[in-house]
Amino acid sequence: MAETEQKSGSSIGSAPTHAIAVDGLTRGRSALRMADETPCLKVQDLNLFYSENQALYGINMVIPARRVTAYIGPSGCGKSTLLRSINRMNDLVDGVRIEGKILLDEQNIYDKAVNVADLRRRVGMVFQKPNPFPKSIYENVAYGLRLQGVKDRRALDEVVERALKSAALWDEVKDRLYDSAFGLSGGQQQRLVIARAIAIEPEVLLLDEPASALDPISTLKIEELIYELKNSYTIVIVTHNMQQAARVSDYTAFMYMGKLIEYGDTNTLFTNPSLKQTEDYITGRYG
Amino acid sequence: MMKQWFKSGNPWIWLTAGAVSVSLILVFGLLLLIAARGLGHFWPATVWEYDYVDRDSSVIRLIGEIHDEEAVKSQRLRDAGFAIEGDKLVTRYLLKTGNRDVNGQDFRWILEPSIQQRGTPQTLMAVERREWGNLYGYLSAVQENQQTVATGSDAWASLQQRLLRTDALFAEIRQLEKGEIGSINYALERLRLRERKLELDGVVKGENDSGQYQTIQQERDALNADYAGLQKRLTDLYTAINRDQMVVTVSGGQTLTVPLAKVVRAYQPNAMSLFDKLKFYMAKLWEFVSDEPREANTEGGIFPAIFGTVMMVIIMSIMVVPFGVVAAVYLREYARQGPLTQLIRIAVNNLAGVPSIVYGVFGLGFFVYFLGGNLDQLFFPEALPAPTFGTPGLMWASLTLALLTVPVVIVATEEGLSRIPKSVREGSLALGATKAETLWRTVLPMASPAIMTGLILAIARAAGEVAPLMLVGVVKLAPSLPLDGNLPFLHLDRKFMHLGFHIYDVGFQSPNVEAARPLVYATALLLVLVIVALNLAAIAIRNRLREKYRALEN
Repeated sequence: MAETEQKSGSSIGSAPTHAIAVDGLTRGRSALRMADETPCLKVQDLNLFYSENQALYGINMVIPARRVTAYIGPSGCGKSTLLRSINRMNDLVDGVRIEGKILLDEQNIYDKAVNVADLRRRVGMVFQKPNPFPKSIYENVAYGLRLQGVKDRRALDEVVERALKSAALWDEVKDRLYDSAFGLSGGQQQRLVIARAIAIEPEVLLLDEPASALDPISTLKIEELIYELKNSYTIVIVTHNMQQAARVSDYTAFMYMGKLIEYGDTNTLFTNPSLKQTEDYITGRYG
Repeated sequence: MMKQWFKSGNPWIWLTAGAVSVSLILVFGLLLLIAARGLGHFWPATVWEYDYVDRDSSVIRLIGEIHDEEAVKSQRLRDAGFAIEGDKLVTRYLLKTGNRDVNGQDFRWILEPSIQQRGTPQTLMAVERREWGNLYGYLSAVQENQQTVATGSDAWASLQQRLLRTDALFAEIRQLEKGEIGSINYALERLRLRERKLELDGVVKGENDSGQYQTIQQERDALNADYAGLQKRLTDLYTAINRDQMVVTVSGGQTLTVPLAKVVRAYQPNAMSLFDKLKFYMAKLWEFVSDEPREANTEGGIFPAIFGTVMMVIIMSIMVVPFGVVAAVYLREYARQGPLTQLIRIAVNNLAGVPSIVYGVFGLGFFVYFLGGNLDQLFFPEALPAPTFGTPGLMWASLTLALLTVPVVIVATEEGLSRIPKSVREGSLALGATKAETLWRTVLPMASPAIMTGLILAIARAAGEVAPLMLVGVVKLAPSLPLDGNLPFLHLDRKFMHLGFHIYDVGFQSPNVEAARPLVYATALLLVLVIVALNLAAIAIRNRLREKYRALEN
């Protein structure tokens, strides 16, 4: 199972033969090959600057469709910045400058012709802390549809129910759809936010440390949900919890100081990383 | 020891608590004072009858209510020419003698030592009149068409009965004059303006008019016919109301014939039970808040002033909130944050500190003369040279106050906008909302409690403002309310009355300051109550919004 495979992406080099502490977490997963995947997003030579400080250095990677790709790395390594570049959330930051391309279905999302609102409709995002709107549960989920001008009550009802079911929240809230979303627990709120994101059927779902503010049981639920959702969506997740990355993701990218150090299928990266730096990080020697 | 005590912080706690207590005592003391002075005015006071030794040693009879009393040094009185012995404090009373038409004055001071005899006869009567202030005396007879119909003990019952009839007639006359005849006059004026407009548009009668002049004439004829009918009814009512008189013997012994049409109410305060007095008190209080003023604002009610104040504050709120919110949204959400926005922010904050009279002058110059004058030229040329909007009025007063209070709303709204968590905005944007959609659907609703806080502060400031209003629309006595049954119902061009100005007017500009002084307190109390009510309403709305948009605390 821990056989060495030639990895695509930026990790190039001979295969080391270290045994890794997290071995066992990824058991039972069939071997994945990047070459067999359908690409969904392509990041090409991406450099990002906050005013004069460069935060990302020449990132190149292909994110496969309908898989879970995880970014790991120490705090401040740029993994969130990279994630937020994918739906152009960084545009909101003053003085940000971006070079390079991110292709979504072969179209550069940083092209001038791209409508940012449309892009964000196709690339949904869930944040670290649950951020429901001060509205009812129903209205939270229907928000994106209402933005698109959907007024038909029956259509809205249908989508809300479907989205809440997909987010494994329906059974818990079906009797109080019209109560304030603030009445939900943190874990429920986070699943509500996921339901809100998938209600508008995005192609890509970006998760920015979605479980870091939650208790272990809620975390488990979110992870199960991610496992379900990858059948329908391309998921990119940022996490600083390596066990979580190992559990939920198919591919993992290790970043350090704004650079993509190693990128490959999760099994290989965790059991047989090709670089010493990666190995040091996942075995907890720094970071 | 002392040092230890200072170090413990106890003196500091005492100092701060003391400051709070002093503030509280001042506020409650203020309210208590105006409440006591103001509300006491409506209680039916005892009417005294004195045998009094006048300056020239002759004994005269005086009737009246004690309005005030004070202790004076006898030396001072001797200096003033009174024959008072010794060195002591002498009590003197301010007696409200009424009967201004007989005596020429309402009040006189009397000295305690000069009173020979005093009494409170049950049959002494106080009469509140529509003109000339109160009348005190004994009822001798009641007349109908100059024929005496009741005297002695029957007279009182007969008088009360007849007063009910006159009151009903009076109300009917007022309804007719203010309501129906008022509407006809309003419609006639409208017709005159329409005709004038036709002339100005170059439509010449008999040449190129398509019957417009004729239509106007027909409508005018119809109105005039209505008016003739009403006029006849009015004449009949006046004949009916002038039927009854009463004959009153006043303190000097003269008799006075008073038409009942001029009487608001007649009562015998010395014969009244506590319950009667309470009833009387309530009636007077109700009259005060619901009736129109009489006698140059020194009598009657202050309803038009309450109405004008509330109306102005509401219109001001309607204008100031959208304006302030829009400005704050630009400053906080769209403008690039830098020295320029900071400068604008400082300027806006400082605007709140400009003396209000300056706003009044600006309102007069810009709104009334410039804007109003141009509006008149453009839209109401038919009324010129009489101005429509080119004169102080409700709209300009509200706008001036809106300008005065807009900084408060801007500051409060900006504060609210800056407190909306970034995560909520990002959540909305991540769902494909544009910045404007995020603002409308999420950010502004969440900032609405802060906006309401701004409005509360604005109301508190605007409702108590008087100085600028004197320049841009408030008058001593407005002939009609700004809201009535004539199209377009809300008349923003009309002048209006205001409680704050009313206080100033009654207190300082009144022909009978002494008589009106309690009204100053009562009006002040009412102004405070109106402001409190307006604020409570706004606070109630804000708390509801707050509950609804309680932001994420965790």
